[in-house]
Amino acid sequence: MNALAQDPVRSVVQSVDWLAVAPPALAALGALAVLVADLFLPERRKPLLGPVTVAVLALAVLALLPLMDGDRTTFCLTADPAVCSYVADPFALAVQFLVLGAALIAALLSMTAVQDEALPGGEYWFLLLASAAGAALLPAARDLATLIVALEVASLPSFALVGLRRADGRSSEAALKFFLSSVTATAVSLMGVSFVYAATGSLHLDRIAERLRETAPGLETLAATGVALTLVGFAFKTAAVPFHSWVPETYVGAPLPVAAYLSVIGKAVGFSGLILVTVEAFPSYGHVWGPALAVLAALTMTVGNVAALRQRPERARSAVRLLAWSSVGQAGYLLVPIAAAAYADEPGRAVGATVAYALMYAAVNLGAFAVAAHVGRSAAANRITDYRGLYAAHPLAALALAFFLLCLAGLPPGIIGLFAKVAVLSTAVDAGLGWLAAVMAVNVVIALYYYLAWTAQIFRAPAHAPAHIPAADTRVRVAAPLTAAIALTGLLAVGLSGAPQFALRFAADVLL
Amino acid sequence: MIPLNDTVMRLLLAAVVVLPLLGAGAALLPAPPGLRGRGPEQAVLRHGVTVTGAVLAVTAVLALGFDHDRPGTMQAETDIAWIPALGVRVHLGADGVSLPLLVLTALLTFLCALYSYHRPPEGPRPQAFVALVLLLEAGTLATFAVLDLMLFFLAFETVLIPMYFLIARWGGAGRERAAWKFVLYTLLGSVVMLLGLLLVGLGAEGGPTFDMTALAEDGGRGLTHTTQLVAALAIGIGLAVKTPMWPLHSWLPDAHTAAPTVGSVLLAGVLLKMGTYGFVRIVLPAVPDGVHTLAPYLAAFAVTGIVYGSLACLALALPGSRGDLKRLIAYSSVGHMGFVLLGVATLTRTGVNGALFANIAHGLITGLLFFLVGAVKDRTGTTDLDRLALDGAGERGAGAALYGRAPRLGGLLAFGAVASLGLPGLAGFWGEMLALLGAYHPADGLSRPAYLVFMALAALGTLLTAAYLLVVVRRVCMGTPSAPGAVPAPGTAPAPSATLPDVRGHEFAAWIPLVVLTVLAGLWPALLLGLTDPAVQNLLPGVSR
Repeated sequence: MNALAQDPVRSVVQSVDWLAVAPPALAALGALAVLVADLFLPERRKPLLGPVTVAVLALAVLALLPLMDGDRTTFCLTADPAVCSYVADPFALAVQFLVLGAALIAALLSMTAVQDEALPGGEYWFLLLASAAGAALLPAARDLATLIVALEVASLPSFALVGLRRADGRSSEAALKFFLSSVTATAVSLMGVSFVYAATGSLHLDRIAERLRETAPGLETLAATGVALTLVGFAFKTAAVPFHSWVPETYVGAPLPVAAYLSVIGKAVGFSGLILVTVEAFPSYGHVWGPALAVLAALTMTVGNVAALRQRPERARSAVRLLAWSSVGQAGYLLVPIAAAAYADEPGRAVGATVAYALMYAAVNLGAFAVAAHVGRSAAANRITDYRGLYAAHPLAALALAFFLLCLAGLPPGIIGLFAKVAVLSTAVDAGLGWLAAVMAVNVVIALYYYLAWTAQIFRAPAHAPAHIPAADTRVRVAAPLTAAIALTGLLAVGLSGAPQFALRFAADVLL
Repeated sequence: MIPLNDTVMRLLLAAVVVLPLLGAGAALLPAPPGLRGRGPEQAVLRHGVTVTGAVLAVTAVLALGFDHDRPGTMQAETDIAWIPALGVRVHLGADGVSLPLLVLTALLTFLCALYSYHRPPEGPRPQAFVALVLLLEAGTLATFAVLDLMLFFLAFETVLIPMYFLIARWGGAGRERAAWKFVLYTLLGSVVMLLGLLLVGLGAEGGPTFDMTALAEDGGRGLTHTTQLVAALAIGIGLAVKTPMWPLHSWLPDAHTAAPTVGSVLLAGVLLKMGTYGFVRIVLPAVPDGVHTLAPYLAAFAVTGIVYGSLACLALALPGSRGDLKRLIAYSSVGHMGFVLLGVATLTRTGVNGALFANIAHGLITGLLFFLVGAVKDRTGTTDLDRLALDGAGERGAGAALYGRAPRLGGLLAFGAVASLGLPGLAGFWGEMLALLGAYHPADGLSRPAYLVFMALAALGTLLTAAYLLVVVRRVCMGTPSAPGAVPAPGTAPAPSATLPDVRGHEFAAWIPLVVLTVLAGLWPALLLGLTDPAVQNLLPGVSR
């Protein structure tokens, strides 16, 4: 009797592996908890929400540990348990680690900013955690609906985060621009998804891959259009040219920790979505997206680096502006292995270089933002010229920033940056994309110029007592959370430089 | 010469690379009690001397422990996996090609540290200066000691940042621009080189490998001719920028003119060698077919460099051209490195041995010359040849007239000049002669008439070299110093006193080793050739000459 009663239940209700979904779920629960707690906490206790957020994110990172022993799947079709919507495989875990770790460091940066700029604490921490939950869900999603939902969960809170500085007109304008262009991209993407669904009759990535191989003759155009349109939304998130124009305005208008958050997690969301869609769902359309992504990568890195090169160091907020444009350039490098995957025998191996590069980039870029946040506290304009003499004022922070910048440039002593670039380049050479490798090589030189120019500023003798900053103010103590963020990213970058294998092993493993 | 077991040798070679790195880090820390000396500046400069001295001592023991009966085989080999994901291994080793360069680097850096101890560099904190010099030493030594293409690239790039800061912070007029030019030229070259290295490594016969010894054994069998050609071109461009080869040399004169004395010595003495070493170690054995096609073009560029360098020097040396002595020596480097490249381009054992010999000789002689010019600048305040010469147009009375006013310094400068022009019996002679000899009879399959023309042009270059160096010696060293009390022409420097301070003790200490080695290598070339020849045989299999 009992056995008979269970059967129909099993056929309708999916079993859920709660351990597997723990990392994004913890972040989402934490978000709700923070939102509710904000309603009931007295004003003087509200600063506690920051540490709570950091703790939640740390817990979510730790929740990845028990998943390391093997692939776990959940939300599978009851009819066909091999087709699942959520998979915790090495790729998902690596990107989740990146996203949650980066959110953790961004939260550390935010603790000072929320206090200094009097941002609404409850909302801020809720939005940050909610966005991180979406970003952590995305790499594990294996159907197009979950992918798009995760993409939106990650994006919608970030529009609000950008516009959170209510008094600042620039902030709201940036948020609106960011919102409008992002929504357009999502709409285009959704249209692509619907075309793909129409052509294949499934939303699950591996089923789509199967059915796209033998598309009915009349549906080929529809499928190809669907493939192309779907990619647009994710290319937008990665800030690939020509979907990059929102980046500088948004970064400059947003509070600095939010810019740091977007520069890493926005990219991670974009490239992991792109990888899933291209390599998992559309492998048979490699001849469509391969060349398209290669051109996109070349354009993105060139436009980003040339624009970064043209930044005048004495302009207000030029440091953030330069980091914004350079992040566009770096996005171009991230796209190279994905483009190469179209030509590779083992696409799952080629995209590993993207993950490895992203890990390196996340650590050092957040580190650079952390030092920029510190400098921004004494020099509100945050111009590159304000970094002159940083070594004399804060030797350790200055050395850390120099190291981060050299990692981004890919020059020794930033060994991890150099080898991450080597890994990316070698996928291009391996795939026979010689021209792309050459374009990237030239871009590396362009990028070196502006990174090194900034590094040189740090070590110059301080200018003679500038009028607008009294000498006492230039020696603001480094706030404790900022110290923690700089130390954490610094240790990570130095450790990875000594043992690059920790990041680069993703470049050798088959992730998908 | 002294028997050491393999483990000791391995540790010695690893220490050669690691010691300066540790020293660079330690230089930034405050001195521990007991080592504070007369002040932080003196303490850190002494720290520099100690570390470079220790490195030199270790290198010397390594050279003594090196089995001189089989210099063709890799010795003191360490081979540990470092980044399995990329197939990068920490593979160190020394053979007859790299050993002399290791010794040269350790020696020149030590002499530079010694020189700086007595004459601290003019500029910001010496702590950073010492740290950068040590980092530079680590990078150069690693370049010559590693046997993995990716590590080679890493070491090749390591020297960029320290050299940039040495020029931009401690240099003379126009230093910022010169430093940028240096770093951008070399970096543009080295990223192109990286692409070539990846092509070679990823296409290797037995699966991807970056191991130089394995690739040398393969001899490019896994690569098509086109791939070899592209790879040789890409790697060659990167190395040619560093060497530098005409027409990619234009960063060199600026960098040398602006760099501080120590920077110039290290730049000419060891950094340029990284380029030619790469040709011999990587390009020749790993992509032989590609090199064979490109060799005549390389030779043509090399010979153009020789003639161009000496003509540029001649133009600078002539009265009234306001030539800068440092710039002149920099251009002479372009010529000398042209001989090295010509030797490589013959693809014969004679030529390559000549190239390696000329490499070392150039390091010794040009290092000495830059030291001497630095000393002349300290004493007279200028490196402008027209102001140093008595016949200078409109600048009468300001001449250096070293023979009369500082006879030992004058003598050393004349010695450096004749060594540089290739006087038989000194180090400069053998390398260039062997390179010419190689060109007289190039490897099979290369057009002999073309090489004969190259040889004739290169010989013309040696004549021009002799001409401009003798002009320099005549103008700077000879002449009677003006009588004390002579009235200077209006608007010029006042007449100098009859004597200049002659060579000081620490200067002798820094220069005498170079002089001795120049003479030794000139009189006993077999010392070096005995080391390099067996190793070159391994790198050029199947070549009989």
